[in-house]
Amino acid sequence: MTADSHALTTGEHTSVAGLAHDRRGISNPILGMLLFITSEVMFFGGLFAAYFSTRAANKPWPPAQFSEILNPFSLILVATVILIASSFTCQLAVAAIRRDDRRGFLRNMAVTFVLGVLFLVLQAYDYSLLFGEGMTIGSGPFGTTYFTLTSFHGAHVFGGVIMLGVILYRGMSGQFSARHHDAVEAASLYWHFVDVVWILLFTILYFL
Amino acid sequence: MATHALAPDASAYSRGLLYEWLTTTDHKKIGIMYVINSFIFFLIGGVLALVVRTELAQPGLQFLTDERVYNEMFTMHATLMIFLFVIPMLAGLGNYAVPLMVGAPDMAFPRINALSFWMLPLAGILLVSSFFTGGAAAAGWTSYPPLSGEGPLNSPGAGQDLWIVGLILIGTSSILGAINFLVTIFKMRAPGMTLFRMPIMVWTILVTSVLVLMATPVITSALVMLFIDRNYGGTFFDPSGGGSATLYQNVFWFYSHPAVYVMILPAMGVVSEVLPVFSRKPLFGYKAFVFATAAIGALGFSVWAHHMFTTGSVFLPFFSLLTFMIAVPTGVKMFNWVFTLFRGQLTFSTPLIFAIGFLTMFLIGGINGAFSASVPVDFALHDTYWIVAHIHYVLFGGSVFGIFAGIYYWFPKMTGRMLDEGLGKIQFVLMFVGFNLTFFPMHMLGIQGMPRRIADYAANAGWNDWNRAATIGGFVIALSILPFIWNVFVSLRNGRVAGDDPWEANTLEWATTSPPPPYNFDRLPEIRSERPLFDARHGRIGH
Repeated sequence: MTADSHALTTGEHTSVAGLAHDRRGISNPILGMLLFITSEVMFFGGLFAAYFSTRAANKPWPPAQFSEILNPFSLILVATVILIASSFTCQLAVAAIRRDDRRGFLRNMAVTFVLGVLFLVLQAYDYSLLFGEGMTIGSGPFGTTYFTLTSFHGAHVFGGVIMLGVILYRGMSGQFSARHHDAVEAASLYWHFVDVVWILLFTILYFL
Repeated sequence: MATHALAPDASAYSRGLLYEWLTTTDHKKIGIMYVINSFIFFLIGGVLALVVRTELAQPGLQFLTDERVYNEMFTMHATLMIFLFVIPMLAGLGNYAVPLMVGAPDMAFPRINALSFWMLPLAGILLVSSFFTGGAAAAGWTSYPPLSGEGPLNSPGAGQDLWIVGLILIGTSSILGAINFLVTIFKMRAPGMTLFRMPIMVWTILVTSVLVLMATPVITSALVMLFIDRNYGGTFFDPSGGGSATLYQNVFWFYSHPAVYVMILPAMGVVSEVLPVFSRKPLFGYKAFVFATAAIGALGFSVWAHHMFTTGSVFLPFFSLLTFMIAVPTGVKMFNWVFTLFRGQLTFSTPLIFAIGFLTMFLIGGINGAFSASVPVDFALHDTYWIVAHIHYVLFGGSVFGIFAGIYYWFPKMTGRMLDEGLGKIQFVLMFVGFNLTFFPMHMLGIQGMPRRIADYAANAGWNDWNRAATIGGFVIALSILPFIWNVFVSLRNGRVAGDDPWEANTLEWATTSPPPPYNFDRLPEIRSERPLFDARHGRIGH
């Protein structure tokens, strides 16, 4: 930590106020990211609560005109597999940088980035198909909840992709090593979170 | 030969003062900017309150001709006071105090800290600018649909949308701030400072941050849904389209009830720092206080629906019981404070006087709140001026008196100068009298059935005298702010020099210079209790 380079002088019995962070346990950036994810869980919790309360009040669900529109065994399954796979490649990247394998880290991170972009492209295409069949955010509670939940998830994937892009860029300029890669760990936690939200969304929207 | 200065305050080359403040990541400068920014919105919100009170001084519409403008006034008054004054003011005091109190050089993420702050003036500008873009939000600070809907008879203008965006920004600022506080408190405490040796202020900020972290995203989701309903044809809250209006109320209050603890817990922390210092005693029952704070935080998540008793869609016995239970940990705290004062060697400096103002007024606010926790009573009092009285006894009598206690307490640390005691006491007397003159009559108005959020009332309803009294009180409160502003200006120039520790206080911020250097400390005393400076002064007496 660079902050230690100008550690301040102390008396014999005094301890220096932590310019020294507490090195034991979890690091500051990772704890910060976990707390941020906690708040994101609550945000999606609010949206899910709205979804279930709306769903409970509207029978039948889905409404008759959209009864067959959400088919899980279609393009969306491909997108799902892609996003889940990206979580694995992301973790492979983390494992690589932990053992100081920068080449493996960059390769896996690049694949993760591309898979993330691919997911977004597929989701956009899927939206266009749904629009084509007349389902929009304005078409009743079904459309409102579907597009709100999935588009906010998509926005989070977009944020995650930017995060991965920054990590990739920093990795290519050699900023990460086995000792110094908190940002990689934090970004991967976020990416896994985004993945878990999608698994929940996919299960609830397409199967339940 | 040139030597490299390693002093942490030595910057590479000198910058202009303005540039320095605009780009700073120093938690102390950011904290002070929080306080100034919040005070500006306190003044704006106060002017709006005076407009409301002036209109209500007598029956009929005299001052405002358009009732919609009246609605904008009380909506923006509450919005500014809650989201741009009380919450960020306390966050600002915490921003200033917490790293110092735990012996850290700065917050854990200084740049995110600056980001949290700069979102606030931006959000404030958005909110206030709505007055000039065809009318501000006018659906009350709660913005219930359908009142806040996009229909021509509801809230058709851009004001409501600016309100939503402004609140989302403020919420994001709060969440980032909470993350910063939590990591700072968990990871950056000085050696020897165990959790149970933290100053109470730090404990209250910890619990507050947990509330902000878990509750604020939920109102963000509510606001997002409201925005979608208004702008993209969504039907979340539109019963005619298959949505539910009470859904909004549930999601809204899931945040906004914990928000009242966000607004009171740090003020309790300030008071719990002030009382021991000015009664020369440790806080009575430190651990009980900590557990009571945690209990208030936990219960705070399970009482939101007491705002919705009359909707008929919530389980009344559950929410009533849990609301009453909040009184238990709050009562514990009252006991802590009173017994801290009991047989203390009291010095009636301004911070202590404001703290006692907090104790007495918050007690009334707690008791009149318990009335509406009872379901049958609440059915009678719901949406009357009783509720307005309650919220102001808690948020003005509680939070605002606590905030001024904190400002008088830490001003010497922030600036190196003492505020004037005489002017401080004049401010207190005016504020205390004006406050009670304004808000005590509202109890009577509430019992007599006067609804809140009305611009006009019948002349023969019997509400005239109490309303006139409340309006006079409102102007007395406004008057009380003048000696404070004067005090700050005079004291900054000519105030008595404070020295490191003018109050002979207990906590680490007083172990460094006033104002502290960047990165705060070059050495720290040993920390063996929650009062390290007391220990350093008096050896280990009493341990």
